[in-house]
Order: sequence, then C-alpha cells, then structure tokens
Amino acid sequence: MKAEILARLQAAQAAKKPVALLTRLTDGVQILWPQDEAPAPLAEAARTALRDDAAQNLEYEGAAWFVHPHNPALRLIIVGAVHIAQALVPMAQPLGFAVTVVDPRRAWATADRFPGITLIHEWTDDAMAELAPDSRTAVVTLTHDPKLDDPALDVALKSDAFYIGALGSRRTHAKRVERLTELGHGAEALGRIKSPVGLDIGAVTAAEIALSIIAEVVAVRRGAALGSRVRAAVSA
Amino acid sequence: MSDVSDDILATAAAWRAAGEDVALATVVQTWGSSPRPPGSRLALTASGKLAGSVSGGCIEGAVADAAKQTMASGTPQLLDFGITDERAWEVGLACGGKVKVFVEKLA
Repeated sequence: MKAEILARLQAAQAAKKPVALLTRLTDGVQILWPQDEAPAPLAEAARTALRDDAAQNLEYEGAAWFVHPHNPALRLIIVGAVHIAQALVPMAQPLGFAVTVVDPRRAWATADRFPGITLIHEWTDDAMAELAPDSRTAVVTLTHDPKLDDPALDVALKSDAFYIGALGSRRTHAKRVERLTELGHGAEALGRIKSPVGLDIGAVTAAEIALSIIAEVVAVRRGAALGSRVRAAVSA
Repeated sequence: MSDVSDDILATAAAWRAAGEDVALATVVQTWGSSPRPPGSRLALTASGKLAGSVSGGCIEGAVADAAKQTMASGTPQLLDFGITDERAWEVGLACGGKVKVFVEKLA
C-alpha cells in the first residue's frame, strides 16, 4: 500500500466518511473508492461491501480483486452517566464503538468518571437530536428516570438506530410503553426497545449487566438469533 | 470490520513515520472454520514488531517470513493456507480452515 493511500484512508476515517479499498491481488494496484474513480463493476462491489459491511472478492478483467470496506465506527450512545455506564464504556470501545455519554446531571457525567469519553450535558432530547442516531448506532438508556430516558427513547424510535435498549424491570417498561404510546409510537416501533435490557445471563453486578447489554448489542448487530430467542422464551 | 483494524493501520502509519520498514497482511478470503474474517489485518516491521492478526496465531510465523521478502523486494504476495496445502500443515493451520492472505509493503 502506498503511504499516500493510507493517509487518505485515515483521513476519510477521521472525517467519518465510508470508503472502500480495492486491491488487485495480482500486483497490489489499489483504488480508494469513491475518492478515486473505479470501473463500474468494481464501484458496484465497493457499494455492496460498504452497505453490507462485508468484504467482497471478484474477478475483473482476468484479475482477482479484494474489496475492503472501511465504514465509520459504530456508535454507542449511553443515556445516563451511571455506574453501569462506567462499566459499559470500557467493554464497548475495544468492540469498535465510539461511545458518547449523555446526562444533563453534571455531577454524574464528569471526565473523572468517564476519562476520554465524549460527554454531553444537554437535555436528552436535544442531545439525541444533535447526535442523530443512524443505522450504525446503538442507544441504551440507563437513568431509570422517565424525565431523562423517555425523551431519548422518543428520538431513538424515530431514528434508524440498529439497537435500542432501556434499563428497567418489566413493570417499569410496561409503564414506559404507555407513556411512549401517548407520544404517538405504535406497538411495532415500541417492540424495537429491548427491555429488560441485555441478554439473560443472570447478571447482578454493574459489570455483569454491562456485559449482558454489550453482548446483546453485538448479537443484534450480527443478526444472531440469540437475543430474540432468549427474549421470546422468557416472555412466552 | 472497520473498527479494530483502524488501530492497526494507525499503528502501521506510526511505525513507518518512525522510519521502520512496514508490511501489511490482510485476510482476503476464507473457507471453513477460519478464525479471522476477510479484512482482518496484521502489520509487521522488519524489526519484528507485530500488531493485529490474520489467524488464531497458526500462520503468523509463515506470514512474517513472507512479509520479510516483500519488505525487501517491494513485490506483494498472495499466500494460500489450507488443509490441501502441505505448507499449511508445516505452519499448523490446525483449525482445518483455508485462508488467503495478501501481503504488501507500506511504501
């Protein structure tokens, strides 16, 4: 790889722009798409690779090409700078998530408690609108306080977030569903909320709950049956 | 896939900026029970530094040998490891999978 291509690849990543690196395996010739132009079949493979976040192999003009997608980092938005959030942050980062913690309570959301993490102290609906969750974003609410959790969930439900989880018991969630229904969300939308949040691993401590949450986020992201199967069995 | 391999590219860039010879190895295709998916990267220096992985540790040694050649010659290589490949037994791809690894110099 030429240093110049690596520099442009890193610049694209820093700017959170999706790019695909196309390599001709016979001689190492490379194209960084879409910055560089690519012949139509290669551009199409690049588009598919980025959409599916999965590498592609193809033959073009008698040579094998490798198409390597580089999508912007996955994002995890945690609402509530609570103890579980402190445990969740260092688990999510090595899994590839850029983490943001939202909590207007400045006593909780401090740099001491969350070193090096983006902290947002605005009210949760404003913060969420600004963060604009997309299909590569997971949202987890942990405050237990409807004043903080509900506005965040309201925005999350209107977004393409691939995962929405809310801490709270079944009873708490039933009341939450009633409130969100009044805000105009239908049953199908509300069904997107994972609550009780996390895989059922019998979690007790903050770290165990964080593990169950991040495991469920990964399961949903990877399309594993695990999350839904466990939940279905529990609710049956 | 875009996630953790970013750190490896950053590490590779930093090594090169420090004046090291650097090679990148990338898994480009797998069959069967290969431990690392396509796109997985290993960065190596001529001085022996490693970051990332292209397998569970079974083929890294052979990849490092190839990387040394590529760093010296500048010519990329496409390596093929698998149960039908005698070399794979030598290097011990015990998982029974097959994997193709592209090795290139960071020039």
